Amino acid sequence: MNPGTTAWLLVSAAMVLFMTPGLAFFYGGMDRSRNVLNMLMMNFWCVLIVPIVWALLGYSLAFGGRGSFIGNLDFAFLRNMDITGDGGSRLLVLVYLGMFAAITPALISGAIADRMKFSAWAIFVPVWSLLVYTPVVFWIYGGIGSDGKNALTGWLGSRGSLDFAGGTAIHVNAGIAALAAALVVGKRKGWPREGHPPHSMPLVMIGTGILWFGWFGFNAGSALAADGVAVQAFANTFFAAAAGGLVWCLVERIKDGHVTNLGAASGIVAGLVAITPAAGYVAQMSAIWIGAAAGLVCAFAVSIKFKRGFDDSLDVVGVHFVGGLVGSLLIGLFAQPGALGQKNAEGLFYGGGTFLLREQFIANAVTIAFSFTMTFLILKAIDAAIGVRVSEEDEESGLDISQHAETSYNFGEVTMGRN
Amino acid sequence: MKLITAIIKPFKLDDVKSALKSMGVVGLTVSEVRGFGRQGGHTETYRGTEYQVDFLPKVKIEAVVDDADAPDVVDTIVSAANTDKIGDGKVWVTSVDEVVRIRTGERGADAV
Repeated sequence: MNPGTTAWLLVSAAMVLFMTPGLAFFYGGMDRSRNVLNMLMMNFWCVLIVPIVWALLGYSLAFGGRGSFIGNLDFAFLRNMDITGDGGSRLLVLVYLGMFAAITPALISGAIADRMKFSAWAIFVPVWSLLVYTPVVFWIYGGIGSDGKNALTGWLGSRGSLDFAGGTAIHVNAGIAALAAALVVGKRKGWPREGHPPHSMPLVMIGTGILWFGWFGFNAGSALAADGVAVQAFANTFFAAAAGGLVWCLVERIKDGHVTNLGAASGIVAGLVAITPAAGYVAQMSAIWIGAAAGLVCAFAVSIKFKRGFDDSLDVVGVHFVGGLVGSLLIGLFAQPGALGQKNAEGLFYGGGTFLLREQFIANAVTIAFSFTMTFLILKAIDAAIGVRVSEEDEESGLDISQHAETSYNFGEVTMGRN
Repeated sequence: MKLITAIIKPFKLDDVKSALKSMGVVGLTVSEVRGFGRQGGHTETYRGTEYQVDFLPKVKIEAVVDDADAPDVVDTIVSAANTDKIGDGKVWVTSVDEVVRIRTGERGADAV
């Protein structure tokens, strides 16, 4: 494996790992002060349990073999890892993709903030990772040829749909799972009558900064090489996020009268989500349009939950699901392989007709139906077994104290003594 | 003895404290409080959702003084805390039956 690529993927992997704490702060700041630690722990739990699940089974089931629907056990328990082989370092790719596996269920936590039992979440994460994330990843990216390189035998990927860094596999998948989770776990006490404004916007902005930084590793690393496609994905990530944040701010200024920090942060994340599937398939001006479209659509999509009455507390559906879908479908218009040295089909605007648009639609429709149904069933099963919801009293006193026996902010002297 | 209680705008605390010190008030207690009067609250907007904040942050000052000093203390607070804008707050005076200094056990006016 060439040294440049090895170095870039090592750095990218660490950057993607950093996104999970970034997401934790992004969500944690939006939470009320008595539930912040629960939100952080739900996210950190994902970087504890998922890497182990990924090493034991996840990676192998998501990539191994040459099937259409699910991988094999060639790489289970970290077998058959080569470190520096000609086909690329399997161990490095496994580690890099493990970071993606870890952050994907973490995205869902925003929809069920302030009311889910931690024990239920702790079980949900590894089960969801194996039963939902792993098969979807195989359908889109899976399959390894006899030469040890990626062979794209999964039934969605081999049909021709595109997903550069995980717009469908990660954001649409986790976004629709978040909707199912919000429906099963139910509304927060008092929602929507009571206000639940963010307790710390500075935390949200720190989280946004970490996410944006890490996202360069997420998207540009997904080139799996230190080459021109990585540069293109890096630039697209930069421009789409800026365009998304800018457009959301403009929408707010016109609609509500002020430019807000939460609007800027949400627009940046919406732009990042939307460019994720497209990052290595579109050229830079297209990235600006895709980011801007996501900022515009998501700024309105976050109000759907009030009209439809589901408590997606921190707008995982409005930002990740809708943003991911916007980006993924727009590939059908903007894909421009000739300009990027890629071999996929062209989008509608570049002479490819409607083929790609149709395949993008199919891949997302399948992922939505599968992920929603499976997530709903998994959570219903956990609910029947141990319950997914904290008691009313625990919700009132806050999940920090009731689930973790900790509090976020201990100011002053009159706090506690040792038992 | 009188207990003077004043609710003022937080950014006026320094002015009020300096004015009271220079007129010889030797101690006061300050708390951060929230409340509303005729000013009402304000609205905040997060992702397009408006939240009404009814209780605005204010500072409460309490000082126990001699009966004879009370009118001057009230006047000093009123002039130092005044911005001529709505929401400047209020000052009120309460009679105090007894005061004890904990360290010495002194009682009444000597303890103030």
